[in-house]
Amino acid sequence: MRARVLVRPKQGILDPQGVAVERALPALGFEGVSDVRIGRLVELEIDDPAQLEAISSSLLANPLVEDFEIELLEDAPSA
Amino acid sequence: MKTGILRFPGSCDEVDAQLAAQLVGEAVLLWHGDRDLQDVDAVIVPGGFSYGDYLRAGAIARFSPVMESVIEFARDGGLVLGICNGFQVLCEAGLLPGALLPNANRRFTFRQVELEVVEADTAFTSACPAGELLSIPAKHGSGRYYADEATLDQLEESGQVVVRYRPDQNFNGSLREIAGVRNTAGNVFGLMPHPEHAVDALTGSTDGLRIFESMRAAVEGAHV
Repeated sequence: MRARVLVRPKQGILDPQGVAVERALPALGFEGVSDVRIGRLVELEIDDPAQLEAISSSLLANPLVEDFEIELLEDAPSA
Repeated sequence: MKTGILRFPGSCDEVDAQLAAQLVGEAVLLWHGDRDLQDVDAVIVPGGFSYGDYLRAGAIARFSPVMESVIEFARDGGLVLGICNGFQVLCEAGLLPGALLPNANRRFTFRQVELEVVEADTAFTSACPAGELLSIPAKHGSGRYYADEATLDQLEESGQVVVRYRPDQNFNGSLREIAGVRNTAGNVFGLMPHPEHAVDALTGSTDGLRIFESMRAAVEGAHV
């Protein structure tokens, strides 16, 4: 089973990466962008999707400072 | 005292930590893939970029074989000092409360900082003169100490905040200027600045040596 785990900084926690990107945009001529938040996208193949919750909370995300969402995808198409 | 200094792929301050620990006793390097702690009296988790800081700083190192032994060693009351990346590893491992987030100043920053010793009656700070600041270098990109408000209150009440940045030197944006914390039992301590880089007058300050002298006193006191 193909799955996707989206990890993002918790609300209220300063995200310096997001700030850096937000401040770079006007230099490229893009105005009106605010509240940029940067997370991580982890895509993986897993035999037992029931393990995803534990995998996410123990390694992929640090639940103290990050939230995560698990998304199950269709099986990867064969090459 | 015999100190073991962990070496992960990507560690870079383990040799300085070994040299510093050798000023107060014997010191050996412990490879991340080995479980044998070689009967050491204390463990140092050193600075660097273990496993390339992939995922989050310290996140992968926490699951290495040697860390299983260190967690057991800490639960049995062994002294564990985490410096910089080592502090991040100990937080990820759950041996210390909180997390270290990317610096608020958005830069990897290397500067000498002055630390207030908040708790001088610990296994890691007993040799620090009361009321004096420790001048020690800090160099990191993810050193912003974070814990929720309730945890921060509890840490302060229980004397677990061991060192703080001088308020005007808190470049990384650590909550409540926290530079280092210990666990409730007091045998595990982590800090972002580098005491092992401040043990020789040649590099400007010998204040860091106090941390290693304190550990020796704690270990040798325990042996009496």
